[in-house]
Amino acid sequence: QDTQEKETVSPERAEEAKLKAKYPNLGQKPGGSDFLMKRLQKGQKYFDSGDYNMAKAKMKNKQLPSVGPDKNLVTGDHIPTPQDLPQRKSSLVTSKLAG
Amino acid sequence: FLGAGGGNDIQWCFSQVKGAVDDDVAEADIISTVEFNHSGELLATGDKGGRVVIFQQEQENKSQSHSRGEYNVYSTFQSHEPEFDYLKSLEIEEKINKIRWLPQKNAAQFLLSTNDKTIKLWKISERDKRPEGYNLKEEDGRYRDPTTVTTLRVPVFRPMDLMVEASPRRIFANAHTYHINSISINSDYETYLSADDLRINLWHLEITDRSFNIVDIKPANMEELTEVITAAEFHPNSCNTFVYSSSKGTIRLCDMRASALCDQHSKLFEEPEDPSNRSFFSEIISSISDVKFSHSGRYMMTRDYLSVKIWDLNMENRPVETYQVHEYLRSKLCSLYENDCIFDKFECCWNGSDSIVMTGSYNNFFRMFDRNTKRDVTLEASRENNKPRTVLKPRKVCASGKRKKDEISVDSLDFNKKILHTAWHPKENIIAVATTNNLYIFQDKMN
Repeated sequence: QDTQEKETVSPERAEEAKLKAKYPNLGQKPGGSDFLMKRLQKGQKYFDSGDYNMAKAKMKNKQLPSVGPDKNLVTGDHIPTPQDLPQRKSSLVTSKLAG
Repeated sequence: FLGAGGGNDIQWCFSQVKGAVDDDVAEADIISTVEFNHSGELLATGDKGGRVVIFQQEQENKSQSHSRGEYNVYSTFQSHEPEFDYLKSLEIEEKINKIRWLPQKNAAQFLLSTNDKTIKLWKISERDKRPEGYNLKEEDGRYRDPTTVTTLRVPVFRPMDLMVEASPRRIFANAHTYHINSISINSDYETYLSADDLRINLWHLEITDRSFNIVDIKPANMEELTEVITAAEFHPNSCNTFVYSSSKGTIRLCDMRASALCDQHSKLFEEPEDPSNRSFFSEIISSISDVKFSHSGRYMMTRDYLSVKIWDLNMENRPVETYQVHEYLRSKLCSLYENDCIFDKFECCWNGSDSIVMTGSYNNFFRMFDRNTKRDVTLEASRENNKPRTVLKPRKVCASGKRKKDEISVDSLDFNKKILHTAWHPKENIIAVATTNNLYIFQDKMN
């Protein structure tokens, strides 16, 4: 039985190896807090009313703060503009189950 | 397996299907919860658009002795609306996470429905009479000129077409920082619990301005967070007992008589894991997506990603029964992680006599396990089996190797067609199975 275990990798371990091959930087913690944090933050929207109102007032001439040394951290672009905000209206339509 | 005929095996037949036929599914139409009431006469569904649709079983027709009454629309209403919490910059979905019925006490029906943040008590009542013959008003409601009133009459109630009205009687809000995953009505029929990722609150059905926190697993330092609450339920008979499951595959049973804050469990149910089998996926697939007590109260069932487990409340160290739902997915975990399917939350349910358990899977398949015969069956909810009283043909998935005729290979499964919500009539062999946007009702073949 020992030799058999050495030869066959459990399907889960094989899948894990596949995943790690694709994403080498995958978190060291086995499937832990990253998912939990993501779960807890569901629905979080980052909203700056100042930028929003500026975009709304179409202040095209005014320059948004330039990108800092870290080019990945562009805050201005991440803030919703009026056209990006999804229209959160309730369904006025009756459910099709009742049709 | 079940349905192969002979003996006492149930033969399931298509009865009805509700919902749109087209494949283009609007998000709002995604069904998010299904629940029979205590008598089984009413069947409620909730959807992502915040709407509730209630079906009522029609009275049994003596001439149609070969089938039970059909379920027809009884009431439909908008339960929750989308909200935006400006203070926390949080978008609150209107999706109905759970519906739970109260036992019927009078002519009206009551149910609790919840989204991520707010629980509502709805009263559904029938009106089949209306007053007629007012002195000061015309029948259409316009006020009469008082000078034209020369006689007096007593208004009387006259029959009218049945109208079913839903009205929100209580709104239980602002008690959950995190997202509500469960509500459960206590056997005292006066209180209920609501659970979010980190906390469980106890409410009185009459009181909306306060609730008691009975479980709090939020760590002082959020960096230390390792586990969240995934489901909770009150014991069906003991009003002091409830359980909650976690993302780590554990279930804790708590006794409210022990202390006000039930952070210390009375029992901890956990199956020991073989450390040599541990992988990146172990914890994710062990996360319990649903926990349900048996009607008897002696057992509880948990659903994790690949299996259904039955636990005897008297034995904490391992489940008494384990049923594999779709073990062939274990060698597909990498892609199921990449497409997020590994996080799908499947529910499970008991039949009325606690002898059979049911849960959903992919490709619009659902599974049933007979605890007595140890047989199981895979059935499919599909419009292809549309004729009433057509017996459903069992399905088989071919994990590897040669695929037999009528089998479907794992790679051909449609992972977008998931059955997350199923419900079993409390007394009869009638089941409600929700695909993404359709509700199927199946019955056993009556001879």
